Amino acid sequence: MKYDIVIVGGGPAGLAAAVSAYDAGTKSILILERDRELGGILNQCIHNGFGLHTFNEELTGPEYAARFITQVMDRGIEYKLNTMVMDISADRKVTALNREDGLFEIEAGAVILAMGCRERARGALNIPGYRPAGIYSAGTAQRLVNIEGFLPGREVVILGSGDIGLIMARRMTLEGAKVKVVAELMPYSGGLKRNIVQCLDDFGIPLKLSHTVVDIQGKERVTGVTIAQVDENRRPIPGTEEFYECDTLLLSCGLIPENELSSSMGVEMHKVTGGPVVNESLETSVAGVFACGNVLHVHDLVDYVSEEAGIAGRMACEFVQGKVKGSDGKGITVKTESGVRYSVPATINPVNMAEEVVLRFRVGDVYKDAYVSLYINGERVSHKKKRILTPGEMENVTLKREQLLSVGDLTDITLKIEED
Amino acid sequence: MYDVIIIGAGVSGAAVARELARYKAQICVIERCEDVCCGTSKANSGIVHAGYDAKPGSLMAKLNVKGNAMMGGLSEELDFEFKRIGSLVVCTKNDDRSKLEELYKRGLQNGVPGLKIVERDELLKLEPNISDDAECALYAPSAGIVCPFGLNIALAENAATNGVEFKFDTEVKNIEYTEGCFELETNKGTFTAKAVVNAAGVYADVFHNMLCDKKINITPRKGEYFLLDKGVGGHVSHTIFQLPDALGKGVLVSPTTHGNLLVGPTALDIEDKEGTNTTLSGLDKITATAGKAVKNVPLRSVITSFSGLRAHEDGHEFIIGQAEGGPKGFFDCAGIESPGLSSAPAIGEMLGGLIAKEYGFEKNPRFNGKRKGIVRPKDLTTDEYNKLIKEQPAYGTIICRCESITEGEIIDSIRRPLGAKSLDGVKRRTRAGMGRCQAGFCSPKTMEIIARELNIPLESVTKAGGNSIIIKGVNKDRIDCEVAGR
Repeated sequence: MKYDIVIVGGGPAGLAAAVSAYDAGTKSILILERDRELGGILNQCIHNGFGLHTFNEELTGPEYAARFITQVMDRGIEYKLNTMVMDISADRKVTALNREDGLFEIEAGAVILAMGCRERARGALNIPGYRPAGIYSAGTAQRLVNIEGFLPGREVVILGSGDIGLIMARRMTLEGAKVKVVAELMPYSGGLKRNIVQCLDDFGIPLKLSHTVVDIQGKERVTGVTIAQVDENRRPIPGTEEFYECDTLLLSCGLIPENELSSSMGVEMHKVTGGPVVNESLETSVAGVFACGNVLHVHDLVDYVSEEAGIAGRMACEFVQGKVKGSDGKGITVKTESGVRYSVPATINPVNMAEEVVLRFRVGDVYKDAYVSLYINGERVSHKKKRILTPGEMENVTLKREQLLSVGDLTDITLKIEED
Repeated sequence: MYDVIIIGAGVSGAAVARELARYKAQICVIERCEDVCCGTSKANSGIVHAGYDAKPGSLMAKLNVKGNAMMGGLSEELDFEFKRIGSLVVCTKNDDRSKLEELYKRGLQNGVPGLKIVERDELLKLEPNISDDAECALYAPSAGIVCPFGLNIALAENAATNGVEFKFDTEVKNIEYTEGCFELETNKGTFTAKAVVNAAGVYADVFHNMLCDKKINITPRKGEYFLLDKGVGGHVSHTIFQLPDALGKGVLVSPTTHGNLLVGPTALDIEDKEGTNTTLSGLDKITATAGKAVKNVPLRSVITSFSGLRAHEDGHEFIIGQAEGGPKGFFDCAGIESPGLSSAPAIGEMLGGLIAKEYGFEKNPRFNGKRKGIVRPKDLTTDEYNKLIKEQPAYGTIICRCESITEGEIIDSIRRPLGAKSLDGVKRRTRAGMGRCQAGFCSPKTMEIIARELNIPLESVTKAGGNSIIIKGVNKDRIDCEVAGR
């Protein structure tokens, strides 16, 4: 089997990448999806609020996915469902598995990684206590409620204020469960402001910042959890423990890009994002292998996933057509400091870049009335005031090609947050 | 009436059952949990110790060295994972080297093969991540690692296919003895037997003391562990022990048979025989001490933590055989703490053989000691794998993406003798849900397969039997009730 572009993952990133690669001129495209349908995690996100940026409409997750699935179908782009990619070699041979084809190999002109992310599990959080039934990651609970129609619990405590946890607080309330409290380890929420308002405040669900779960009770099924306040080092403060009777603990404590395939093929990984290090074309350190969506870095809004994936699709097409050279490692690393945790892309080579490149990033703390500043060769070229910057929301700055070319010998690109 | 009833389907009970299956006798294993391997046997280090630890001349020493020697052959016969990777007891510059030499001498007395003390240069070659303070180590090439579930399940399955009965969810409440007959009162009725094997783990003292004048006392000794991601499984390639000091035995760092890294255990005597919870102080203790013998232990890659209870008897010795001061035919298999897992094959052989001799059981000519485990596609060539998928397409669907476990393996784990009935049962047999996402993605899918295979509603699927139900109801069911005023 041979395709110009093989896309690993048929969620929002993979779909948008496929459409844009097709429209840019590559017709030989194959999407490999491990689940039984296209659309990825959007299929279980039945709440609305998707697509405000892309379609100027408030869509549900499945509706948003359907828009892109339709575009894929209209173009006759090929896809395989229930197909797991087992391995990708550095020379872009993709080994996949399904019931019909067995274990099979595809030679790919370019590969687009769009595997998404997974939730941080209880084990990784080192929460002490028993290990009974009734502890779910918020996404697992979301699948049970929204896809299977089952209620995983009736009295719920949620640890972590990530967006899925907030959404599930509302969702389970609407289905008849009692959500007693949301505890968040950090002094700020990891989710979008609008979700805190619409999913917690509107339902009178308390959010306890700087709190964590210090014990889980129940041998067979959860019977209760103990929550305690934490100090500035995130250590529980003795004496602040509060016991909550409940049958369920939901965890929404962060998302981790799923890069097992990328790592094993030798793609260089970013220490902060957990995703590949990519250049201005969203190409990884392995030539002809591109990444987009939550496998690259965890996004807050799917609209940005689609936008980013569109670029990856177009660049993969240009790579296949020989219009851009493969990764040469000659780009300049975008320096991130004073509050900026990372930048995607991580490196820029002005020679290869398009007219504009959007640098996406997140901040490490809450900032009010601060400035997002961009420096080129030590000179501030952009200085944008933001009323509020929070770790839960992704930010961006647009970098123009001419800005870089006009300085002559480019030595430094720096992104930072400034008080004034 | 059974010839022998074995209380407990942990690794010791299963080993005795499998040994007794060699004879023409009616054997029954009674287990209070829903599955084999649900107590101490499921939560331990999975180490096959070399045998230098135990006091020379003790049963522990004898059975450990023998069990270790048997493990390789048994793993081939019963198809479970075992690797003889060797172990190192590390002596740092702050330790007392004479203690290491003592261990060495004890090992020689116990008949441990291949023991030697290696100095820092050689140690560094064996383990590049050894602590900068490490000066030398006791190297035991015969030590190994075993999948504790695999060993227990394989023994039990093979016993079952050779005619041993297993009763699960059956808890022995009381035992009466009258004239050569034991009556075991359980929540599922009364069972009678000519002989009883008490392999009840941390509860073995309860049953022993019901019938015997000479009392024993078993203390649950809690051990907490961190299990680390496969990505860091190669941090060490041997089982690395700290040299025991005044503060205790210390924690070990070891690869597991599945390629993860295991760090632990703590040791804390507790009262609650059900106290398998992890604790903040316990986990903190591992974090604080993990680095003594191995440097840069990557504790950021923890994927889960767990805790197990060792069945520590006051005399710190295995109690195996006719119970002292008890009725004839009541056999203890008690105080089986470390190196109990290593000794299991030898314990089974010893106690099973003893009972068979005592009661004059005839050999069962139809006994088949071979067992084939669940087919692992990763062990197959591409052609073999594709042939399997053609025959059984379920092997072409990945359910657990972290561990690459197919639907075919999960179905096999449910259908085979003593098959899985719960998520944890599937997990221990196949590893589905044991990877880095800890069942986040696969549990709804595995639940569907269990429900379909066992022909039960999805709502009845449990995590680990009993009341560990996963689903509490259907959407809006309680709201409907409230609206209807019911």
